[in-house]
Amino acid sequence: MKVAVCVKQVPDAAVHKRLDPGTHRLDRSAEGALNATDVNAVEEALRLKEAHGGEVVVVSLGPEKAIESLRKALAMGADRAVLVSDDAAAGSDLLATGYALAKALEREEADLVLFGQQSSDADGAVLWAAVSDRLRRPMVSQVAELTLEGGTVTGKRQTEFGYDVISAPLPAVVAVSDAINEPRYPSLKGIMGAKSKPQDVLGLSDVGIEADRVGEAGSRTVVRSSSPPPPKSGQVKIEDDGSAAERIVDYLAEKRLI
Amino acid sequence: MSVRPADFPPPFSNDEAIGAVTDAPDERIDVGILIVGGGPGGLACAVRLGQLLDEHPETRELLGDVPVAVLEKGKQPGSHLLSGAVMNARAIRRLFGGRIPIEEMPTYGPVHGEAVYLLTKGAALRIPPPPTMMNHGNWIVSVSELGRFLAEQAEAAGVMILPETAGQKLLVEHGRVVGARTGDKGRGRDGEPLSNFEPGVDVTARITVLAEGTAGHLTTAAIDRFGLHGSNPQIWALGVKEVWKVPKPLHRIVHTMGWPLRKRAKYGEFGGSFIYPMGEEHVSIGFVVGLEYADVELSAHDVLQEFKTHRLVRKILAGGERVAWGAKTITEGGLLSLPSKLNAPGLLLVGEGAGLVNVPRLKGVHYAIESGRLAAEAAFAALQRGEVAHRRGALDSYDASLRASYVWKDLAEVRNMRQVFDKGFFMGGALASAMTVTKGKLPPKDFDTHANADAPLIRTGRAAQYPAPDGTLTFDKLSSVFASGNRTRDDQPSHVRVQAKVPRDLAEMWQWMCPAHVYEVGDADGDGTVEVKVTPSNCVQCGAISAKGGRLTPPEGGSGPEYTLT
Amino acid sequence: MAGTLVFLETHDGELTKGGLGVLGKAAALGDAAGVVLGSGVREAAARAGAFGASTVYVVEDDALASPLPQPRVDALEAVVRESGADTVLFAASVLSADVASGLAARLEAGLNWDLTDLRLEGGELVGTRPALGDTVLVEVGWTSTPRLALIRSGTFDPVETGGTAEVKDVVASFQDFSTAATLVDHLQEASSGPSIEEADVIVAGGRGLGAPEGFTICEDLAAALGGAVAATRAVVDAGWYPYAAQVGQTGKTVSPKLYIALGISGAIQHKVGMQGSGTIVAINKDANAPIFDFADLGVVGDLAQIAPKLTELLKARS
Repeated sequence: MKVAVCVKQVPDAAVHKRLDPGTHRLDRSAEGALNATDVNAVEEALRLKEAHGGEVVVVSLGPEKAIESLRKALAMGADRAVLVSDDAAAGSDLLATGYALAKALEREEADLVLFGQQSSDADGAVLWAAVSDRLRRPMVSQVAELTLEGGTVTGKRQTEFGYDVISAPLPAVVAVSDAINEPRYPSLKGIMGAKSKPQDVLGLSDVGIEADRVGEAGSRTVVRSSSPPPPKSGQVKIEDDGSAAERIVDYLAEKRLI
Repeated sequence: MSVRPADFPPPFSNDEAIGAVTDAPDERIDVGILIVGGGPGGLACAVRLGQLLDEHPETRELLGDVPVAVLEKGKQPGSHLLSGAVMNARAIRRLFGGRIPIEEMPTYGPVHGEAVYLLTKGAALRIPPPPTMMNHGNWIVSVSELGRFLAEQAEAAGVMILPETAGQKLLVEHGRVVGARTGDKGRGRDGEPLSNFEPGVDVTARITVLAEGTAGHLTTAAIDRFGLHGSNPQIWALGVKEVWKVPKPLHRIVHTMGWPLRKRAKYGEFGGSFIYPMGEEHVSIGFVVGLEYADVELSAHDVLQEFKTHRLVRKILAGGERVAWGAKTITEGGLLSLPSKLNAPGLLLVGEGAGLVNVPRLKGVHYAIESGRLAAEAAFAALQRGEVAHRRGALDSYDASLRASYVWKDLAEVRNMRQVFDKGFFMGGALASAMTVTKGKLPPKDFDTHANADAPLIRTGRAAQYPAPDGTLTFDKLSSVFASGNRTRDDQPSHVRVQAKVPRDLAEMWQWMCPAHVYEVGDADGDGTVEVKVTPSNCVQCGAISAKGGRLTPPEGGSGPEYTLT
Repeated sequence: MAGTLVFLETHDGELTKGGLGVLGKAAALGDAAGVVLGSGVREAAARAGAFGASTVYVVEDDALASPLPQPRVDALEAVVRESGADTVLFAASVLSADVASGLAARLEAGLNWDLTDLRLEGGELVGTRPALGDTVLVEVGWTSTPRLALIRSGTFDPVETGGTAEVKDVVASFQDFSTAATLVDHLQEASSGPSIEEADVIVAGGRGLGAPEGFTICEDLAAALGGAVAATRAVVDAGWYPYAAQVGQTGKTVSPKLYIALGISGAIQHKVGMQGSGTIVAINKDANAPIFDFADLGVVGDLAQIAPKLTELLKARS
């Protein structure tokens, strides 16, 4: 069984994430780590491999140095890494990225494709749904528990209204939430062995991606500008004179929070 | 009766950091040479070994699948590196055999000009730079960036770098060092294994090089185990620094002495500041205070904040924005505090961990690199076919070459400089001048140092002078810890060893001392002692606690700051 | 804007607030039509007229009975084609995010998400999106039609205009792969309340609570508001509350509509885990606590007096 895990590299130092003043996109020059929930996805893939045998390959789109963060997945136990790296792909939006990833995944012909999905709305794009549509495969997202049996994958999907249990036949795409598992630390032997595992860095043409389908040319959205948010207006600070509780209720009611 | 930190030693014995190999043969990892510490010293050693093994493939073959490995406890090389820094380029040029011009290495350019000031609260008196402080021909660097560069060079030379991996125990068998055991990962607050528990591993090696930097965990234990103590105890200073983005470029390096530190001998406040340009857009600004100070309320972090309010500094930082913060101790004892030998069977000590820092010149990076290079050559020689690497004296060539080098000569010249400042700024200044002019021949006797933890504590209401953090020019400790990139996992055992109940004065001293707000005074116990509240996840592993009555040990690999610009 | 469609979700036979809110905004910008997909949803669909829709497209099919995204992509594709709409708006939810993204791929369209505002500028649609933990605002646009947008949950409130909408039925065909995933079971949440990641209201406690018992105050207030309880690193370190409830740099990041901080100083390590919250109310004895710098309503006072009273008043209202 082959499991492909889509991962992305994110800026490492938590401190000074900033937007490039020219492009208004995330300044990725201090890049380093694997996106946190992608690590959960890699862990889930490794557990499936331990239970069912097969191969785990990590797939990513990014600059050449993204290969370093793919090594963490290899150190954890993944077998192979594939990085599609091409200057023409810089500045790809969701549409272009989804297209490029789908092309890279088609090459792999995996039985199961995993994505990591942050539980809180963040910089993460909703890539898995776009990729599933292009691959023409069933998809289950927001999965907090995953089982695989007899060619069917079943996920416990967390929604605003409780849990839905969804089943889909392989080949399928699953996006897992960070609640699904506690990722393992790579062992020292794993870290040392990672460097000698197969790592392919491919260009667009290697994967059959036309240059005009990625990058700015392949994107359908633009970032126009960025600015600091307006300073918080309407901040109120009061001292309790015995009526603070009532004043809080009034405030919440006025803001229609209760 | 005043309290001395030394009277409350930490619940830690160096024996805990030494042990025999316990892993089964198929569990342990065997390498040729193991280097603990991915700083300039360890990485220079690695680079030189890579070069030598490239030139001598027959020796490389003797060393197995992994001829050279470096353990680095930070997220990546550079994450735990912090310094001023103005570096003498001679060692790094020599390391690359002149093949890489200094202009191609990550620096912020050569020193263009230099100014030294004696500060009072309201004024800055420019004084001629003391002869020890002439920096013409030196280069401004970020040691964190330098570490990343050296790591890349080492990897290109075939060295295996293992980040997020702490050296927890020195492996010693039959009186010789046989490697190091790495730290566990995935333990909970009470030491219990969590679901993803990953035990440490015995990494065995023919030769182990300790390049742990200041307050080195295994180094301290090794010096003890092999009886390598020097004539004077080791002493430290604590440096706290920030990197600022500024609209107006600074065109010369600046050092200051005096305010806000106090001159009289009884305060024991020795130190000063540095302000270095980092290109056109940034400056590195830091304050260093010797840890033999006596005042309970002395806080190096807050002294830095206070220092920034001086007119001279405000002008430099005007309109700017703080982009990084960090803290680290500096080994200050100099020649007389060095271990009596820097090698033992199977063991080599390099860099600041060994004590190779020139305090009056504020230099240590090039000594780390040079000693790392010399250690590599000694190790290489000892690994030749026909040699027995761990026999007594096999590595003596390292000590010999170091003593014959400029490293030793420089340290000998200034060997008493630091100690005389025990006598206060003016007396110390006079003696220091005498030393410089005579290149160390005067005064004729060697001065003793007292261990930092021996200084009895006094109170002077010092804290009242610290500025309240305004979030623009001055900052509190917690937001500074955030600015260091520290996001240490909370749910792990505490790596800091201090007594749990101590006199209030001592607990308060720790609270003020620690730049990362790790210690807080807890509940009083009615018998004059208080509980010490420890928040280990704030720790940036500066090492100050080890100098003042506690003991820093390495936390889970990958913890601590993530410096990039310091 | 020529032809805007707004994706409206239903739950228990009713149109959900999120979609109706976006519908109101769309109607304010131009002509807006609602889209309702499901099985047995025509009655609910008609009510969209009262909230700004001039037309409501309905796709009724068994394939849409379960709350799964992929059949909805097929259905929406059919509606877009039939209506000629050039813009499709979604109120963000677990379901709609997947639908929007799948539709983007299907239509080769641009999708901007997590928008907190939408406006027309010289005929162009411009969206506003917070980034980097809400510390920066980015303006985004589209280079072609159709334009797809996911609006951050809770951004717009429904506006009842009392109109009526023309209901148009659309027939869709479904891809094999779209209907391969099936709903096997549904499990309701245990009645212990929402998780902190999902909660609309969070009551968080810090060292100012004084003792572990102080968390009863938080729990009571959270229960009165139907919210979840969170904790700072300091109190979790001290063993007062479980690690799963920790909010902050080394804990969870949350962005509820209402965050009530009791006895929390507001150090940056905590702030970065909750600064994206809609409204922040803080109660703290220390007037200089940093939390007052970014709280919307700051109350300097004794939380042990104020919070229980607040709980009583809230219980009395409902």
